[in-house]
Amino acid sequence: MRRETRKVVALHGGLLLLLFALQFTLPAYHHGNLARIMVLASYAIGYNILFGYTGLLSLGHALFFASGMYGMSLTIQHFSFTPAPALLAGIIAGLIVSTALGLLALRTSGVAFMIVTLMFAQAGYLSILYFGKWTRGDEGFVIQQAQRSLWGIDLSDPGNRYFAALILFATCLMVSLWLVRRPFGKTLIAIRENEERVRMLGYDTFAHKLGAVVISGTIAATAGAFYGLLFGYAGASFATVQYSIFPLLWVLLGGAGTILGPFIGTLFMFYLIDLSSGVTTAYMLIAGVALVLLTLFAPQGLVGILRAKLWSWLP
Amino acid sequence: MILSTHGLSKHFAGLQAVRDVDFDLPQGQVRALIGPNGAGKSTLVNMICGRTQPSSGRVMFDGRDITTLAAHKRINLGMAYTFQITSVFDRLPVAENVGLAARRRLHGKAQVDKAVRYALDQVGLLDRIDQEAGDLSYGHQRLLEIAMGLVQRPRLLILDEPTQGLAEGEITAFKALIRALAGKTTILLIEHNMSVVMDLSDQVTVLNFGAVLATGTPDEIHANRAVQAAYLGTG
Repeated sequence: MRRETRKVVALHGGLLLLLFALQFTLPAYHHGNLARIMVLASYAIGYNILFGYTGLLSLGHALFFASGMYGMSLTIQHFSFTPAPALLAGIIAGLIVSTALGLLALRTSGVAFMIVTLMFAQAGYLSILYFGKWTRGDEGFVIQQAQRSLWGIDLSDPGNRYFAALILFATCLMVSLWLVRRPFGKTLIAIRENEERVRMLGYDTFAHKLGAVVISGTIAATAGAFYGLLFGYAGASFATVQYSIFPLLWVLLGGAGTILGPFIGTLFMFYLIDLSSGVTTAYMLIAGVALVLLTLFAPQGLVGILRAKLWSWLP
Repeated sequence: MILSTHGLSKHFAGLQAVRDVDFDLPQGQVRALIGPNGAGKSTLVNMICGRTQPSSGRVMFDGRDITTLAAHKRINLGMAYTFQITSVFDRLPVAENVGLAARRRLHGKAQVDKAVRYALDQVGLLDRIDQEAGDLSYGHQRLLEIAMGLVQRPRLLILDEPTQGLAEGEITAFKALIRALAGKTTILLIEHNMSVVMDLSDQVTVLNFGAVLATGTPDEIHANRAVQAAYLGTG
């Protein structure tokens, strides 16, 4: 057991060190991409806690991502918040929205849960359009460079932005790793495997699932808040269905219920689209074919295969 | 009485599965619940442990009315329930299966590990502690179910057909295990295997068509004409 813990620490710590080192060696283009990927992977980590570890398929995570993004950006835009309290406002917005959504949506399960989360996310998206006077709807608004200075650090600078993204990603990675090794996380895994059995062992499965929705939603909101702040823009497109489907795809590709899966999946998908769009305008076709192949031949995802074939100790 | 039911009934869309059952189980007793298929045994037990809401009647546990209490809260009061259809966590290791059951009561890794090893030793599965539960044979999965019940140190242990699918030797070991618990833990045993019922139980309750047909010692039940009729048909 202890040897496995060492391996887990070495692997995940190693990845974080590698990402740190890449900051100094990557060419500007990939450097910028990787910062974006790390923030999006944080979003996927949040999604994976609910989908991969608890077994609840949400189609409404864009609502949480957007809650964080707008909680952060609207307070900057309309109340002249500085970045630190604005980020906090985004995180709190995510906490509140995910608690409310969890209380309502968890009254259903299975397909009904997917539909209810999808509907609430749509309602969120339409609300952003409806309150266009403040949110500027589809068009969105830019967060100016002057508004993006956190404790005197200019977050529009690529180097600073990369570090901020790395800190966010490292925090989310470690939180999820810590969580699934705790009794609470293990109970979530058991709920995924057999909820009725968990209930008959005396666990309040509703409370556990609500906890999972809140943690998952709050991480997603944190990623949304950082995304808006680091890249200086908030718009309604981040609240669309597309942004609920993305984390599902990333997690499926990388490996649902694995700690590294969300990052690997996001990285893979990002570069798949990036590279194929250089070859053809029908790049979504290439992405689609790759997805079909992966679901056919590797339904457990990239890291899932690694765990099944090589490293059974992967968390 | 650790457990009693008063006028407990359940009907599903016109079918009376359980009717007006008054059932008393004193502390420390091993009670077998028997009856032909469809007699309402599982429905009765599901109402006791909270998986099914009764149509009417009350369930009392340790002097407390638990009729409307959620299932997981009943478990926390000291009930443990093992499933009739094996319901272990297939893709989790044996140790984690039992660990999940133990962690509700115990905290701290060392304590949980110790209780897990002890429970697995009791059912003879200690050497399989690191295997995935889904890789165990059917009989071993039944024993794992029982270990998950034991590790909770319940005051009332409900075993739903625990010996179904066990080999002769495993049944002998199971009997020894229950005998070791007898007196300390109250046990409600739903069982088809008559040798298990006769050997283990202090008292036997017979259900037929959803109602209690007879309650008595194994010998009394064995000699009871009404019970014979229910099982063999009236000639």
